[in-house]
Amino acid sequence: MMKPKTKKKLNRAALYLCAALILLFILLPYFWMIITSISNKGDLTQNPMRWFPEHPTFANYMNIFQGKTNMTSSAAAEFLEGMRNSAIVAVSTTLITLLIGTPASYAFARLKFRGRKQSLLMILLTQMVPTIALIIPLYIIMLKLNLMNHVLSLIFVYLSLVLPFVIWIMEGYFAGIPSELEDAAKIDGCSRWGAFIHVILPIASSGLAVTIIFAFIISWNEFFYALNFTTTMASKTLPVVITEFSNKHGQDYILTCTGGVLASLPPVLLALCTQKLIISGLTSGAVKG
Amino acid sequence: MILRTGKFLHCLKRAGKMKIKIYDNTGQRKAGTVVYKKQENIFAYKMILPAVIVIFGVLLYPIIYSLIMSFSKLDLAERTMNFIGTKNYAKIFTDSEFQQSILQTIRFTIITVFFEMVLGVACALVLNQKFRGCGFLRGVMILPWALPNVVNAVMWKWIYNSSYGALNALLKQLGLINAYKVWLGTPESAFHCVAFCNIWKETPYVVLLVLAGLSNINHDLYEAARVDGSSSWHSFWKITLPLLRPVTSVLIITKTIWAIQTFDLVYVLTGGGPANATEFISVYIHKVAFKFTQFGYGSALSYVLMLVTFFLCLAYIRNLAKQGELG
Repeated sequence: MMKPKTKKKLNRAALYLCAALILLFILLPYFWMIITSISNKGDLTQNPMRWFPEHPTFANYMNIFQGKTNMTSSAAAEFLEGMRNSAIVAVSTTLITLLIGTPASYAFARLKFRGRKQSLLMILLTQMVPTIALIIPLYIIMLKLNLMNHVLSLIFVYLSLVLPFVIWIMEGYFAGIPSELEDAAKIDGCSRWGAFIHVILPIASSGLAVTIIFAFIISWNEFFYALNFTTTMASKTLPVVITEFSNKHGQDYILTCTGGVLASLPPVLLALCTQKLIISGLTSGAVKG
Repeated sequence: MILRTGKFLHCLKRAGKMKIKIYDNTGQRKAGTVVYKKQENIFAYKMILPAVIVIFGVLLYPIIYSLIMSFSKLDLAERTMNFIGTKNYAKIFTDSEFQQSILQTIRFTIITVFFEMVLGVACALVLNQKFRGCGFLRGVMILPWALPNVVNAVMWKWIYNSSYGALNALLKQLGLINAYKVWLGTPESAFHCVAFCNIWKETPYVVLLVLAGLSNINHDLYEAARVDGSSSWHSFWKITLPLLRPVTSVLIITKTIWAIQTFDLVYVLTGGGPANATEFISVYIHKVAFKFTQFGYGSALSYVLMLVTFFLCLAYIRNLAKQGELG
């Protein structure tokens, strides 16, 4: 029979072992991509494998930004263009989402109007439609509208992905604000809009932050629509460019990994810095109620 | 897109709570129902209009358009669309490649959702303990979630690489394999590799949601069970799992809906091969529509997929109703 103390210690050790395994499972693949991005070909083609480069180098990052050698210059140009397009798409989607999503979610949370429940339900049901079912008709529509290979088409489509989600999150935040605050503002002479902008929005700022984070990450990471709607350098977003890196350019894995690290930095850093907000956003639907 | 799980689950939960207005025989509203003011109506419509236009412009119109397309034969070059009746739908029954892709998708979905749930709950139980660095570990869980699908795919493609991949090197140095393997080269192995990437990316999301669910369980229950002589294994089955059911059942159905639609990962890792082993429904429809430019047939196929999703949603709503979530 084991002593209770030894048993407790064993339990503790098992716990730390599990935790360490989980940590390695999550981090190792990502670290391997980072290590690859600071290696040179010689390090990676050794057998048996050298797990950390002899001379870590940032040359790959310089290459991708400046395109010094002939082989990487076209890749570098594409990467920079892709980054620019991704930034334009993600930032515009986020801003427009805020602009039209916030008033909508406020109306759903606060105002009693005919058709409120029905339209809310409809907006939410739209999320079940598989993207593959939408992309075929949208492709034809974009062709007809001459929006193919234009970032505008992506912004428009991403808005429809982000808005329903954001309306739900924000609606929850607005519903949580006591309506006495608005009544007080109105008594003090504020108009409806005035009360909304000066009183409610500042209080709902964490809800706005969640909106910004989700809208940015969704539109930065989106691949499926971008793949089909953008084929020119002036419109391709980063995910599309990275996929091409792994197929074209002689399957240059160092370049692909470097690009992958750079492309993942904005969403990953944003998520790591604001994880409490993200988790509250993700769980508000699942756990509540 | 795991994000959509959250979105989706939000919508159904809230939708379930909506109550239908009750009218009595005289057509008058019963006491306590809302009386609308015209001014408030107009103000509200102004506020929601832009969002409604965007959402339905990108959804409703294409869905209807797609329905028409599914009964037509399209020629993009000629810019014609001819009605051909139900021919596209009839073709589905003789399309063996599509039938195979359905089977592979079902297999993929069952495997990934099963492992995501089991691993997710197990990891959440570990992270729910208090130990040094548990906050950090929870923070790390957000990483795979935030990683773009495409980056996840190229990362694993490099790890699976047959000549210089880390997986081969690791297994060889550990003495588990004698020679480097072409992981994405054979149907079975490619299928499992794709499933593994998916599990790696989606499990942490399950962990985060289950953790939130665990934090809602009252500790006194475990204390009481322990006093009554229940082992922790027994407590897990009798207390933890039943109380987690609202979270886990929601996760299972939403994960299923998104697993069925897997595209990005396959597109980068295998392109559907080898021998169509990883050609899941979305990948196949994409091929039909954009490679073979059979937009009509592609639309018909995607309506089949929509139907499947629809039934899953019904199952989901029923599930909520059983739990008393629907008012």
